[in-house]
Amino acid sequence: MRWTWIDRFVAFEPRKSAVAVKNLSLAEDHFADHFPGFPVMPAPLILEGLAQTGGILVGHANNFEKNVVLAKMTNAKFHRETTPGEQLTYTTTLLQINDTGAQVVGTVHVGGELVAEAEIMFAHINPAQLPAGMPDAKFVFSGELAYLLKMAEATANAAGKPS
Amino acid sequence: MTEISFREPEKETMTHDEIFAKVRSTLVDALNVDDNEVSPTSRLKGDLNAESIDFLDIVFRLERQFGLTIPREDLFPESIFQGDPKFVAGGKITPDGLVELQSKMPYADLTEFRKDPRLDKMEDLFTVDLIVNYLQSRVGGK
Repeated sequence: MRWTWIDRFVAFEPRKSAVAVKNLSLAEDHFADHFPGFPVMPAPLILEGLAQTGGILVGHANNFEKNVVLAKMTNAKFHRETTPGEQLTYTTTLLQINDTGAQVVGTVHVGGELVAEAEIMFAHINPAQLPAGMPDAKFVFSGELAYLLKMAEATANAAGKPS
Repeated sequence: MTEISFREPEKETMTHDEIFAKVRSTLVDALNVDDNEVSPTSRLKGDLNAESIDFLDIVFRLERQFGLTIPREDLFPESIFQGDPKFVAGGKITPDGLVELQSKMPYADLTEFRKDPRLDKMEDLFTVDLIVNYLQSRVGGK
């Protein structure tokens, strides 16, 4: 299963903010079951996209050298359902970052309308905290995310703010 | 040109009560508890159900609330004794260990703990008062 819940970055300011978009398509599997005849984006998947947007912002701050894992969400609110054909805009702002983790605040809009929001905390996981036998010490920013990372870099550079 | 950059840093002289009120609202946000559940003697784990990840969250929020940088080990030292037999024996903290503990956690009230210094009771030292006392030392008057 593919687990990238954003399509592209549209703005990226290193260590400050990141904005990504996600186009909702009826072809996505989850709409078939959630719900038959009433397709709406599952709220946890909306949050996953928001966390991926913020997680990449946090990872970028350390050149993706640290594993960034979702640790806690607070004040998650969903103002309405979102449906196929809509485009979600994920906006995340870095509140704080240190060696142990980071906090971001995020909003989800459709056009100018706020549809969801949350505060997200990430933890930095170092190799010593991993279960024994993990083959790759860097396991978060790999695979398909690498493609998104390149886009984030390109977006940052295009904005005249080389990272 | 903003005048903020030239302003004297605020001379913080928060009272104990003011600090407690801010700490309480921070804990209400971080731990999703009610105002009236948070008292000075509340234990973060035992009473307010904080988990390890919440300690990180609390530190972040306190830093924002009080405009400070708080080294995690200042407030919530993680592994004080590292299993050192000089400090821990038979599941209890030794007299040497208590001295070490007091130096690592000068803001903790060890009065009760000294009566039965079991290692597994150490988490009870992480109370609301511990946070308030620590912040008092950073932003309080005298």
